[in-house]
Amino acid sequence: MAQVKVYVTLKPTLLDAQGRAVQSGLKALGYDSVQQVRVGKYIEMEVAGDQAAVDREVREMCDRLLANPVIENYRYEVIE
Amino acid sequence: MKFGVVRFPGSNCDQDAFHVLRDVVRQPVDYVWHQEAALKGYDCIVLPGGFSYGDYLRTGALARLSPVMDAVAKHAERGRPVIGICNGFQVLCEAHLLPGALVRNVRRKFVCRTVHLRTENAGTPWTCALRDAQVLRVPIAHGEGCYVADDDTLAELSAARRVVFRYCDASGRTTPESNPNGSLNGIAAIANEGFNVLGMMPHPERASEKVLGSADGRGIFESIVRHLLTA
Repeated sequence: MAQVKVYVTLKPTLLDAQGRAVQSGLKALGYDSVQQVRVGKYIEMEVAGDQAAVDREVREMCDRLLANPVIENYRYEVIE
Repeated sequence: MKFGVVRFPGSNCDQDAFHVLRDVVRQPVDYVWHQEAALKGYDCIVLPGGFSYGDYLRTGALARLSPVMDAVAKHAERGRPVIGICNGFQVLCEAHLLPGALVRNVRRKFVCRTVHLRTENAGTPWTCALRDAQVLRVPIAHGEGCYVADDDTLAELSAARRVVFRYCDASGRTTPESNPNGSLNGIAAIANEGFNVLGMMPHPERASEKVLGSADGRGIFESIVRHLLTA
């Protein structure tokens, strides 16, 4: 059983309204050092199969559902 | 002629659409449960507004996996009319029946108010009862209605007159102030290449009777009825 961690983020060209709101919240707390915040999604999965199969399937899952390639990028980690 | 209003778990404008079709434009209409795998005998399919599947993952992302969406895609491929309103527009984009995507409003707020729309193309099945540049007053109610697409897609939409409505001011001018959500090029509604699939963020079903403050949205339903009668 592999542990899979998927990170989905808005493409850099898109305004991240949520990230901007969080940034202004941090600023309200006095953290003026924060120059940029992007908020993404984190998805944990347990996936059965050998390493190659898990890798192939997770990529497919990301392309088909977990991320929308029009607006989002993704990356993932597989921990055996 | 018969309309089908699809109900996903979380649809909440289904009754409004049903009411307008049955009681205002007086056409036969059924609800269609999202688990239905076949669409028999419907001329036009409506994907209503709401929060299908709680907007989990992304707006519209899970609804497009409902069995009914395969049937909706086939219906659309045959050139038959499909309209997605608000969440329905999001579902159509996720289902790749329309290009682009809808993301969080630029000013981050859920916006719920009446806006003005300029009719950009009165030559579609959805606008044939309107005239070019006609300004409609129709409400919006969404948190993720900012339309985005890549530059090539935007150019294609404009060149082919597939942008059917743009946000504008009362006099019909498209200004940054009249764009309520930051949509690129002020886009409020787009059609597919064949113009039989329309996605729009504003809610024409909530503005189809004077008692509601505007009856301008009725023109869209009257258009599709007229189109189907003459097709």
